[in-house]
Amino acid sequence: MLYKMITDKEISHLAELSRIKITEKEKGNLKKDLSSILDYINQLNEVGTNDVEPLYQTTSLVNVAREDADRGEFKMNEQLNEKLIGQAPHKENRFLKVKSILQK
Amino acid sequence: MTDTAKKTVKTVAEGLKKGEFSTEEVFTHYQNKIKKENKALNAYLSVFDQHDANIRMYTNDTNKLIGVPVAIKDNLLIDGTIATAGSKILKNYVSSYDATVIKKLRSVGVNFLGKTNLDEFAMGSSTENSAFGPTKNPLDLSRVPGGSSGGSAAAVAADLAVFALGSDTGGSIRQPASFCGIIGLKPTYGRVSRHGLIAMASSLDQIGPLTKNVYDAALVLQAIAGSDIFDSTTVPAEVPDFTQNIDKEIKNLKIGVPKEFFGKGLNNEVREKVEDAIKKLEGLGCKIEEMSLPHAEYALAVYYIIMPCEVSSNLARLDGIRYGYSAKDAKNLLDTYLESRAEGFGAETKRRIILGTFTLSAGYYDAYYLKAQKVRALIKKDFDNAFEKVDAIVGPTSPTTAFKIGERSSDPLSMYLSDIYTVPVNLAGLPAISVPCGNGNKTNMPVGFQIIGRPFDEATILRLAYHLEKNYTE
Repeated sequence: MLYKMITDKEISHLAELSRIKITEKEKGNLKKDLSSILDYINQLNEVGTNDVEPLYQTTSLVNVAREDADRGEFKMNEQLNEKLIGQAPHKENRFLKVKSILQK
Repeated sequence: MTDTAKKTVKTVAEGLKKGEFSTEEVFTHYQNKIKKENKALNAYLSVFDQHDANIRMYTNDTNKLIGVPVAIKDNLLIDGTIATAGSKILKNYVSSYDATVIKKLRSVGVNFLGKTNLDEFAMGSSTENSAFGPTKNPLDLSRVPGGSSGGSAAAVAADLAVFALGSDTGGSIRQPASFCGIIGLKPTYGRVSRHGLIAMASSLDQIGPLTKNVYDAALVLQAIAGSDIFDSTTVPAEVPDFTQNIDKEIKNLKIGVPKEFFGKGLNNEVREKVEDAIKKLEGLGCKIEEMSLPHAEYALAVYYIIMPCEVSSNLARLDGIRYGYSAKDAKNLLDTYLESRAEGFGAETKRRIILGTFTLSAGYYDAYYLKAQKVRALIKKDFDNAFEKVDAIVGPTSPTTAFKIGERSSDPLSMYLSDIYTVPVNLAGLPAISVPCGNGNKTNMPVGFQIIGRPFDEATILRLAYHLEKNYTE
C-alpha cells in the first residue's frame, strides 16, 4: 500500500464516478478528511498477508440456490404497482420518465 | 393507565394477564408519553396513531410479546409507512413491504409505536448525522445517545417504548445501548434476516434488539431469528430457546480478557467499571484468562476500507429516478444523478461513498480492498483460536461514555474511534451484547460491558449478561 495524498483532480474524478456534484468547499473538506482516513488505514501495511486468503463473508454459505419456480410471494396488481411506480419522481401512467441522454 | 413504572416485556404480559390494562391502553399510554416527551429528545421521527387491531387475534395465545409497544429504527421497512433512513433523499419514501423482522414481530402480536431516528443510512456513532436533527441522550440532554441506533436507544432508555429494534454494522446497537445504559444485542451474522433493512454494508449489517433487561433481549431475539428465503445469507441453524437456560449458573465458564481492548485510548472511568465487572464475573465463579487478539487493533482500519466499499455500491441505487428525492432543475440524465445525490445526501454519506469509490477503483483495489479482506481473515482467525480456549470474550463496549453533542462532529476519525471495540465483532460475524456496568466516576454516565460469543452461541453471552445484570441490580 502506498502513502496517498489525494489531489484536487482525483477528488473531482471520484465525485464524478460517485455521481455526486461537489462544491469547491466540499472538495477541500473531502481532500483533508480522505487523506487523514487513508493515512490511518495505511497502518495495514504493517501486517504481513502473503499467504492469507481474503475473507469476504463469515457464514461459509456458498451458492445458495433455490428452485427456479414462482414462490408467489409478490403478486403484481394495481395496488402493488402503484406502491412501486407511484413513488417515482417523474412518471407518466405506468412508466418512469427519465431525462434525455442524447443531445438534440 | 396510572402505573408509571418503566415497562418490560414481562411486566406488560403480567399487566395484561391480570387485567390491569388492555393492549389498547398500554399502546395509548406510550403514545401519550411520546407526544409529551419526544420533542426534547427527537428519538422518534414518525409515530403511528393506530393500535394494530389484528393483535387481538393473538391475545389468547401464550406468546409473551402480545400487545407489547415497540419502536423500530427508521431503516427497517413497515409496509405503507415512511422509511427515511435518516436521509433527506428518502424523506417521503413509503415502504412497499414489511421487513422479515417486522412480519415476525407482527405474527407474535407486538404493536408498532413509530420509527426512530438514526445517523443517515446508519452511518455514524452519535445520531448527529441524521438529516432530521440529532437525538439527545435522555440521561443528559447535552450529550449524544450514541449511534447509529441512537433514536432506538433513547426511546428505550426514556421508556418511550418497551423495546426497540436497531441495526449494527460496526457497533450501532451496542454503542448506543452502552451510552444510554440499556441492553443492546448484535446477533451472529446470518442469525436474523436482513430482508427489508435498508442496506449499508451487507457483509456486516445485522438487526438486533435494544431492551431494558437481558431477559427481554433473549425473548426478542427468539422472535426475530431464523433463516429466511428472502435473505440467502441467513444460516439454516436451529434457533434455540434463548430464555431456557438463561439463569443456569455460570460457574467455571472461561472468560477471555484481550489485552488489546485495554490499551491507550481507553478512558479511565470506563476501564475502572469494566475491571469491576470482570471481578464480579470472577466472583460468580467464572475463570478469567488474559489473552491476546493480535490483529484486533487493525479492525477499524479494515472496517474503514470494507464498509465504504459496500456503501458506495449499496447506495448507487439512490439515483433520483425510481424513488426518493429528485433534483428539480436537472437538465439531463447525468445532472439528475449528480444533483439529486448532491442535494439528497449529507456530508458523512458523501464522504463514505467517495472513499469507497476510491478504494475500489482500478489500481487501488489490491492495495486497499483485497488487503483489508486478508487482514479481516486474520482478525477472524484470532477469534477462532481464542474460542478454542475460552467460552466468551469481554471488554468495554466503547472507549468513553456518551460524549457532548458537537464534540466530535468536525473530526470524522475521532468519531470513528468510538467503535474501536465493536467493529472487530462485525468483521468476524460474531454475536455480542452490551450490558450496563455502572456509571463512570467522572461523567456519571453509563458504561457498557461487551460480551462476545462464539458464532450462533448467543445463549452463552445472554446467560453471562443475565447474571451480571442480576449482580448489579440486586
